[in-house]
Amino acid sequence: MSMLSAESLALIDKEIAKYPADQRQSAVMSALRIAQVEKGWLSTETMDFVAHYLGMQPIAVYEVATFYNMYNIKPVGKHKLCVCTNLPCKLMGADEIADRLKKKLGIEFGETTEDKQFTLVEGECMGACGDAPLLLVNNHRMESFLNEEKIDALLDELKNK
Amino acid sequence: MVIQPGPVIFNTLHLPEPWKLSTYVSAGGYSALRKILAENIPAETIIAEVKTSALRGRGGAGFPTGLKWSFMPRQFPGDKYIVCNSDEGEPGTFKDRDIMRYNPHALIEGMIIAGYTLGAKAGYNYIHGEIWDIYEGMERAVEEARAAGYLGDNILGSDFSFDLYNHHGYGAYICGEETALLESIEGKKGQPRFKPPFPASFGLYGKPTTINNTETLASIPYIMREGGQKFLELGRPNNGGTKVFSVSGHVEKPGNYEIPMGTPFSELLEMAGGIRGGRQLKAVIPGGSSAPVLPGEIMMDCTMDFDSIAKAGSMLGSGAVIVMDETVCMVRALERLSYFYYEESCGQCTPCREGTGWMYRVVHRIEHGQGRPEDLDLLDRVAGNIAGRTICALGDAAAMPVQGMLKHYRHEFEHHIEHRKCLVQSGAM
Amino acid sequence: MALNIEIDGQQIEVEPGTTVMDAAHKLGIYIPHFCYHKKLSIAANCRMCLVQVEKAPKPLPACATPVSDGMKVMTRSDYAIQAQKGVMEFLLINHPLDCPICDQGGECQLQDLAVGYGGSRSNYAEPKRVVTEKNLGPLIATDMTRCIHCTRCVRFGQEIAGIMEMGQAFRGEHAEIMPFIDKTIDSELSGNIIDLCPVGALTSKPFRYAARAWELSRRKGVSPHDSLGSNLQIQVKNGRVMRVLPLENEDINECWLSDRDRFSYEGLNSEDRLTKPMIRKDGAWVEADWQEALSYVASRLREIQVRHGADQIGALAAPTQTTEELYLLQKLMRGLGCGNIDHRLRQSDFRLDDKAHGAFWLGMPVAALNKLDRFLIVGSTLRKDHPLLALRLRQAVRHGAGMNLINPVVEDYLCKVANRSIVSPDGMVNALAGLVRALAEAKGERIPTMASGAEVTPEIKAIAESMIGGERKGIFLGNLAQHHPRYAEMQTLAQEAAMLAGATLGVLGDAGNALGAVVAGAIPGRGALGSRGMAGMNAAQMIASPRKAYVLLGAEAEYDCFDPVAALAALKQAEFVVAMSSYKHAAVDYADVLLPIAPFTETSGTFINAEGRVQSFHGAVKPMGETRPAWKVLRVLGNLLNLPGFDQDSSEAVRDEALGQDAQARVQQFLNTRIDPVSVSLASTSKIERIGEVPIYQTDAIVRRAASLQRTADAAPPMAKASGMLLEKLGIQGGGMAIIRQGEVSVVIRIDRDDCLPANCVRLPGAHAVTVSLGPLFGELTVERA
Repeated sequence: MSMLSAESLALIDKEIAKYPADQRQSAVMSALRIAQVEKGWLSTETMDFVAHYLGMQPIAVYEVATFYNMYNIKPVGKHKLCVCTNLPCKLMGADEIADRLKKKLGIEFGETTEDKQFTLVEGECMGACGDAPLLLVNNHRMESFLNEEKIDALLDELKNK
Repeated sequence: MVIQPGPVIFNTLHLPEPWKLSTYVSAGGYSALRKILAENIPAETIIAEVKTSALRGRGGAGFPTGLKWSFMPRQFPGDKYIVCNSDEGEPGTFKDRDIMRYNPHALIEGMIIAGYTLGAKAGYNYIHGEIWDIYEGMERAVEEARAAGYLGDNILGSDFSFDLYNHHGYGAYICGEETALLESIEGKKGQPRFKPPFPASFGLYGKPTTINNTETLASIPYIMREGGQKFLELGRPNNGGTKVFSVSGHVEKPGNYEIPMGTPFSELLEMAGGIRGGRQLKAVIPGGSSAPVLPGEIMMDCTMDFDSIAKAGSMLGSGAVIVMDETVCMVRALERLSYFYYEESCGQCTPCREGTGWMYRVVHRIEHGQGRPEDLDLLDRVAGNIAGRTICALGDAAAMPVQGMLKHYRHEFEHHIEHRKCLVQSGAM
Repeated sequence: MALNIEIDGQQIEVEPGTTVMDAAHKLGIYIPHFCYHKKLSIAANCRMCLVQVEKAPKPLPACATPVSDGMKVMTRSDYAIQAQKGVMEFLLINHPLDCPICDQGGECQLQDLAVGYGGSRSNYAEPKRVVTEKNLGPLIATDMTRCIHCTRCVRFGQEIAGIMEMGQAFRGEHAEIMPFIDKTIDSELSGNIIDLCPVGALTSKPFRYAARAWELSRRKGVSPHDSLGSNLQIQVKNGRVMRVLPLENEDINECWLSDRDRFSYEGLNSEDRLTKPMIRKDGAWVEADWQEALSYVASRLREIQVRHGADQIGALAAPTQTTEELYLLQKLMRGLGCGNIDHRLRQSDFRLDDKAHGAFWLGMPVAALNKLDRFLIVGSTLRKDHPLLALRLRQAVRHGAGMNLINPVVEDYLCKVANRSIVSPDGMVNALAGLVRALAEAKGERIPTMASGAEVTPEIKAIAESMIGGERKGIFLGNLAQHHPRYAEMQTLAQEAAMLAGATLGVLGDAGNALGAVVAGAIPGRGALGSRGMAGMNAAQMIASPRKAYVLLGAEAEYDCFDPVAALAALKQAEFVVAMSSYKHAAVDYADVLLPIAPFTETSGTFINAEGRVQSFHGAVKPMGETRPAWKVLRVLGNLLNLPGFDQDSSEAVRDEALGQDAQARVQQFLNTRIDPVSVSLASTSKIERIGEVPIYQTDAIVRRAASLQRTADAAPPMAKASGMLLEKLGIQGGGMAIIRQGEVSVVIRIDRDDCLPANCVRLPGAHAVTVSLGPLFGELTVERA
């Protein structure tokens, strides 16, 4: 029995094929990303599985999972909201956006709502400063030019998902 | 967000679906590659053309691209690689995202030409983690190019084979450092390598590798299509071409502006709609967050090229222009930047691992009314002990904002320490 | 082209590729450093070795900067010192500065360098970092807050141990050196990271808080636990061995030690030590003084000799005893007119005894192993039996050597294996015959008769192809081969294969002083250095035909013999058994006299390792209690028996008598792995075979009592393993209990599935309390569901 779904494994295999045959480890970042999309976060078992699948030592996988900050090495809420507060976003009101989110969700950065729906984290530069302020929903969806109305609408949308 | 089109990078922007292969081809795309392959143009000729263009690396260091290419041991038997650094995470920089979004094929063609020139059989494009939709778009574009015979075996019927893959990052600024990026492609944590050996001799998987920035590679098709001289003439001597400047912060129209190198800053600011709400310009970080800050009045005398900004005591870097108006407290600004470098230090070498946290904590104390008179000298000293002592440039990048802020805005810090509050009363931040 | 450079005003000429650090070292200039280590890759991460280089815009790390011609380096200029001091300040800001309670205190690189480069007070006024402790297992204590992230331990795992068990997780200031979540460090070489750690982050758990470095006196020693003979620095306080560290010897152990060599010392201080002579009187054990005990032993031996004939005495010696002890034992036995002496307690095939031309050895210096191009290992649990030889062979593979295996088990060798033929223990004979045939065919030579009927499997063919290539190559027979009942055939075929392949044949050696024992003449028919000796029974014969009396030297028959059940039965039926031992052990059930003899740290003596290196050592501490060095005990016994030639007044005198003044040269001449061939049978068994290796921490009496080693993963009680195919045939579920029988005896034990094993085999290690009630290490067995 596999730790990951056949769909996930197929995606991982596609990534492995991008690299020379003796460099399966190159696919570890994608493999962890794909595993995280399926599982929500990277448990010890999941990382062990990925290590085994790619022929790596588990600690080498753990090094990667803890180095890149988009991996969830602890369980997170259904929707992880990552707000960039770096200088260009801050100049455009990122702190107010963050405060609004904190207030509406009743949590601080690094926390998860009791109903496990939302996790709020502080992000670093996402390379989209022209669209500031902005946030990421579950790593892969970017919301730009944020203001209070947009925040409210986003939370309403996600709550009903 | 505004995008100002230009002849080199955003040359398809005026067309519908500018990101499509067919659009790119209709604007002359892939003709340079066709010509090179059809005429079997020697690598030396291409490198000479790139040298003529005075194209300098657009990733931040500004190293002449033709010279970099000439370092590659092209005759080295065995695998060689071309790697594109699209890990754009320097606060203020967001040009590569739009290049990949609107003109992915310029990059792909640039990489194929680079692969041909450097004898690489494969290329990797390392894309910043937080821009997933861009990664997906690049994956589609690569598929499109492959289906059209621009990638794969025997490209366009020639005996040149080359393939290209996108590698998605997942949240680490340091991977913008080229050897950290190589480590990351190899499936490791992104800790920079000590150089020497340089990537040109020991790069990806230990093979000769050339790494260029997205914008650099996306400029190659124009140079090969229109000629290096024409590219050079778009800009100014030693600073060839147009360049995409990312303008963020307190301007009316933040965005990417493809303008000739050497354009006066004042013109760029005007293009960006000037300072928002008619406020006064206070300061500019002219080349991404690690470039030392320059007061507005100095900046207004600068032109946007490597030499002019360097002369003013900062760096053109990646061309990321962070504009700050009079409401900005420089202590707060530095606190956030210092936190960034503390957060993004890879932890490998001592001065950066230990020093970035130290600097952040001191600035944080000052911002929060806990500053001590000796703190500013301490900051200067700590920054000085990091700069030039680390494996990679992140140490310098962390030290320079501190040194720049203390150079131009020491009085604001002193005020914070003495009065335990901000000099900028009406502060937006 | 040599490069001329100048460091601190001194000129030196060096080869291209030399680093500034190396060049400075040659000049005797010390450049402070933490992450740099001569045996590890260059990390350049600590930045302590920053130096000034003329024309360089910034200080450069000496460890990673290659010299260029005309370079001028200043390691002590104000500029360099300022850089070094800056780094030291950073290293100390988050360091707990808890030297008074740190085990590393007094031998800490950080502490030493902080004296020279650190400030007297800290400018760091912010909160310090605290890092949670990690449980690395029973051998290594952690205090990770002290860690300076030099990554030596990480690189050791990746580059030397061959397995990355430690890593640097997280990043920036949050970076932590750690194993994977909840994992311990299980490598058999793990203790080396304690030595490598330049601070007190990784320290010895058994040694924790036991002594301060400056209280310890240091003695040289040689390890008896495997055939390498690692050089030891034995650290002593109040007459007790407190700790063992490597004594660097580039030709043998380099700067490493196996965990077995490092932590076995705990066994020396075991509660189980025998400290007084004891005599069984009317069924009860009473303490005796030496005079009484030895007189009693002498009179009983004389009595048996007179009543039953000297031939009714048998002497079994552990191959971990010193050469001097083994020499005197054989001299004593032969003096009594008895040729029954052997140290090859785990061996079962003695057909080569009259075919050998010298002492079997490695065939090459230990240091040649890492320079091999191609090699073949036959029958070995290599990593566990020979941890540091395995390390050298891994280095060879890292440099491109082809590793080939004919083996009944699959181990993780932690390096690339070019080809492997996994066959039953018995099948190794056929596999080797196949190899001989394949080699002959590949070279177009006539197929030797012994191999003419052999089958050449694709794996064997690949091994033959590999072994034909390369310049420097070796074929090595391991412990599994050496203990097997058809060893003579294996060595015969391996010799043929080596000849055809142009390879050197070597025997890895199954114990610390196995070669020394042969050199000493502790085998039937041969005296010291192969001189003619009185013939007699070998170890197996002494057990198969029980004797009236036994003399045991360091041997714990219940663990150390090929067939522990038979050995125990033979001892139990004897009229008289004298056990010279450092420990009270099962001998209390079968012996009549227990004589406490000194383990290797408490006596002087000589070990001869697998490459034939003669290594003499002095005692590190005084013998415990009334324990006496065995050479003295045997000498007195010889006197009490009125035998001539027992007047040596030192172990050196014994050595000189046995090996001569030019011991090394003489031993060298005696080394020879050549044999006259025995006849080879290609018949194979259809019975289920046992694969009975000796686990790494069960090899000898000291190791078996080393408490911390016994808590490691490698010391876990053994269980049976068999292929899924066999389990299915037997109707047993993997993970279930099975009854395993060998002849009359049986054990009930958990059996697990291991599809890497050959089809008709059960892997069940011996020499362990759980398995010693079973029969021989190899041979037929039956399995049924429990």
